[in-house]
Amino acid sequence: MTDTVSDSSTTDSWTVAGRTFRSRLIVGTGKYKDFEQNAAAVEASGAEIVTVAVRRVNVSDPKAPMLTDFIDPRKITYLPNTAGCFTAEDAIRTLRLAREAGGWDLVKLEVLGEARTLYPDMRETLKATEILANEGFLPMVYCVDDPIAAKQLEDAGAVAVMPLGAPIGSGLGIQNKVTVRLIVEGAKVPVLVDAGVGTASEAAVAMELGCDGVLMNTAIAEARDPIRMARAMKLAVEAGRDAYLAGRMAQRRYADPSSPLAGLI
Amino acid sequence: MAEELSLTVNGEPRRVAPGSSIADLVSGIGLDPRKVAVERNGEIAPRSTLADVLLADGDVLEIVHFVGGG
Repeated sequence: MTDTVSDSSTTDSWTVAGRTFRSRLIVGTGKYKDFEQNAAAVEASGAEIVTVAVRRVNVSDPKAPMLTDFIDPRKITYLPNTAGCFTAEDAIRTLRLAREAGGWDLVKLEVLGEARTLYPDMRETLKATEILANEGFLPMVYCVDDPIAAKQLEDAGAVAVMPLGAPIGSGLGIQNKVTVRLIVEGAKVPVLVDAGVGTASEAAVAMELGCDGVLMNTAIAEARDPIRMARAMKLAVEAGRDAYLAGRMAQRRYADPSSPLAGLI
Repeated sequence: MAEELSLTVNGEPRRVAPGSSIADLVSGIGLDPRKVAVERNGEIAPRSTLADVLLADGDVLEIVHFVGGG
């Protein structure tokens, strides 16, 4: 017997800036109880990329455990972020240091506009994208869910555009499915929903909209059982991707029976 | 022997012996130079040059590494 359904977990992949990944889930490494739990959640999520922040070393406690002792950067791709940066200048400075610390060019750019919403400042984001691309960086860029802004980022050298589904850490789910779909339809680079996913069904929604991937942190880290939620997210991303590829049925306003009407007794 | 050099390292004052390199400072603190990146007076100090660059009085250094983040 021939199985005509290809197993998407073994054949499906996506490519960003020439690098190919099988997992479409990128997970953050913040807010976990400890490094052990963080590492176990990454493992359960199946993620091949994790986001990391760049911060000062605590010089008074140099022997404190480091993230790299628990999540091996030779096995998992570290995607350094610019969380906490509110200007292009700060973000660029942070990523220059990240490149020196890690030795790679693939980075996550986010330039924030205000602390309350952590909404991106697109003017600064666009400026930083251009400068980084000119310096040889490969920026994956956190942005508003605006198809025009997404195009401008792409033109400026973004290797992926990553619209928010809802504010960072809010877990409100994807608020604007229409604009996310418009971004997907217009983009020539990968599109990932970054921020806003709160539970597995919302990750599936992002994938059903045709996104290439989903990036999340809080939804896993703040779940009661982060490791189980990491697995749920893995499955949801795979399910959503399959549903997108399968092509959903058309919607009808009224019922349509699934059992034949002919032959009724 | 000349006086010690006064530096600012990650926002805090620190003194080192004259003739110290950035690598001396990093390992003197107890850090593995392979796991950190260093900025000196606003410019990246490439890892390959850490042992060659001598510190000067008044230098401002940032030593960073990767931490958990989203």
